[in-house]
Amino acid sequence: MSERQILLEAHEVAKHFGGVKALHDVSLTIRRGEIYGLIGPNGAGKTTFFNCLTGLYRNEGGYFVFDGVKLAADAPHKAAEVGIARTFQNIRLFGNMTAIENVMVGRHLRTGAGVLGAITRNAATRAEEAAITRRAEELLHYVGIHERAHDYAKHLSYGDQRRLEIARALATEPKLLALDEPAAGMNGTETEALRVLVEGICRDGVTVLLIEHDVKLVMGLCNRVAVLDYGEKICEDVPAVVQKDPRVVEAYLGGSVA
Amino acid sequence: MNDRLRKSAAWRQHWVGLLLVGATLLAVPFIAALGGQAWVRIANFAILYVFLALGLNIVVGYAGLLDLGYVAFYAVGAYTYALLASPHFGIHLPFWVILPFGAALACIFGVLLGAPTLKLRGDYLAIVTLGFGEIIRIFMNNLNAPINVTNGAQGITLIDPIRIAGFSFADTTNILGLTISGPQKYYFFLVALAIAIIIINVRLQDSRIGRAWQAIREDEVAAKACGINTRNIKLLAFAMGASFGGIAGGVFSAMQGFVSPESFSLMESITILAMVVLGGMGHIPGVILGAVLLTGLPEALRYGIEPLQRALFGRMIIDPESLRMLVFGLALVLVMRFRPAGLWPSSQRRRELTESTD
Repeated sequence: MSERQILLEAHEVAKHFGGVKALHDVSLTIRRGEIYGLIGPNGAGKTTFFNCLTGLYRNEGGYFVFDGVKLAADAPHKAAEVGIARTFQNIRLFGNMTAIENVMVGRHLRTGAGVLGAITRNAATRAEEAAITRRAEELLHYVGIHERAHDYAKHLSYGDQRRLEIARALATEPKLLALDEPAAGMNGTETEALRVLVEGICRDGVTVLLIEHDVKLVMGLCNRVAVLDYGEKICEDVPAVVQKDPRVVEAYLGGSVA
Repeated sequence: MNDRLRKSAAWRQHWVGLLLVGATLLAVPFIAALGGQAWVRIANFAILYVFLALGLNIVVGYAGLLDLGYVAFYAVGAYTYALLASPHFGIHLPFWVILPFGAALACIFGVLLGAPTLKLRGDYLAIVTLGFGEIIRIFMNNLNAPINVTNGAQGITLIDPIRIAGFSFADTTNILGLTISGPQKYYFFLVALAIAIIIINVRLQDSRIGRAWQAIREDEVAAKACGINTRNIKLLAFAMGASFGGIAGGVFSAMQGFVSPESFSLMESITILAMVVLGGMGHIPGVILGAVLLTGLPEALRYGIEPLQRALFGRMIIDPESLRMLVFGLALVLVMRFRPAGLWPSSQRRRELTESTD
């Protein structure tokens, strides 16, 4: 595999909480333009891996190479800056801001107006504000919730909140979009709509890293899948192979099926 | 056509409103003067507290950082003015040099306070900021030896009044047959500054920076994940808030002609915070209302209780000073009980407090 093809390389990432080894030398590579699934039973370390990648946690061992550059992920905003955007397992929107304002916050990183610009409201700042609003509207359209643009985030339905979180993440212009259980709590129709959305995002050139419990969704959507169990990667391959791997079956069903 | 008519009607309403506010602002010092110059001074203090409350509102209301040491910046501004425009060091710089300088200095102190508190939230932050406020006051109190910088508890006297083109704000002048007293001049100066500060606040609120502050208040982790450098944006909130405190301090010095450490007690910080909370955190009109009410009400009680008692009972029953604080405290309790989001909250704040946020 050539260097150009690899977007993210995790190299022996380790993290422990006290005596608990949450991640045990996890290595994986994500290629440009793919949808990469990260699955595993509860407590396998999937979210911990996400938090290390996005700088919320500091990993004790190993490192990440993103887009050819080693990540000094000691601050979450830096991860966002290099192009890693994420959503959260338990949705974390700015509840008392409107949907469009949430997305506008996502534009913070790629815009530059400071205090002086805000106070003088000069032509450059006004143009930038207009561009922020326009982009936010486009993104709300893109995820299909533009009709709720001026509703408060906490008043949106569950599925719409998930979509809004994705729109906010996309506003940071990521190269890698990391989704933490986006289908959790969704019904069949909503999950199907989400699948279409994620496929669209990938087609538009954003690589997707997906943590998911819904095995059916992962198998149908992902190009490749890694399985974590007790903080260790036990398998990494295309869905069809992963599904049949005995270690994966064991991890999910618990013990040997005698 | 119809649309244009409606638009022009809306505009007319807008202008009528502005004219009314303008006329009221113009009339206040002259109406207040009927009750004595003391009332003009009270009006001036009300505006000074509007500066302070708006400054603190950036830190507490927008960014959601509980700051109990805000008075420190007020003190920094006040002492900067006092030292640079008094016989104490024999320096007499003009106000338009000192005020921006004081604001910048307060700004630096804001960052100094902010830096060690970045990882703290809520109660812990409040305690650290409280400590900072006290440190500054104690410094002012004791910085008279070995080199006499602040003149200790005696404070600094004979501070220059504000002068514009040789036209002093300390004494009375006659313009076109109109007698304008010193406090009345300060009043107009303060109103002009207040308008500028309000415009700055409104613009900051509706900007990229304002949104970032709001995002941090709502969910700091999510704000970070959105690429907001929360450290810098929080420091910016401290710095901006502090600079308004610094300006207020400078004007206070000039107006009073005297500063001493006792003007910058913890009680002062708490009063300013009460103005912000009582008026409506994060909502500029609410904060202004809070500042005006909490300055005006105690004074009105001070002057109103004695005649009221005499009228009702024919003699003094309770000492006005103690009754004043009782009524004041009761009013605060009642407002917070029945209007927890403040007297005039933003629609957003009201939602936060009336609905559960999951």
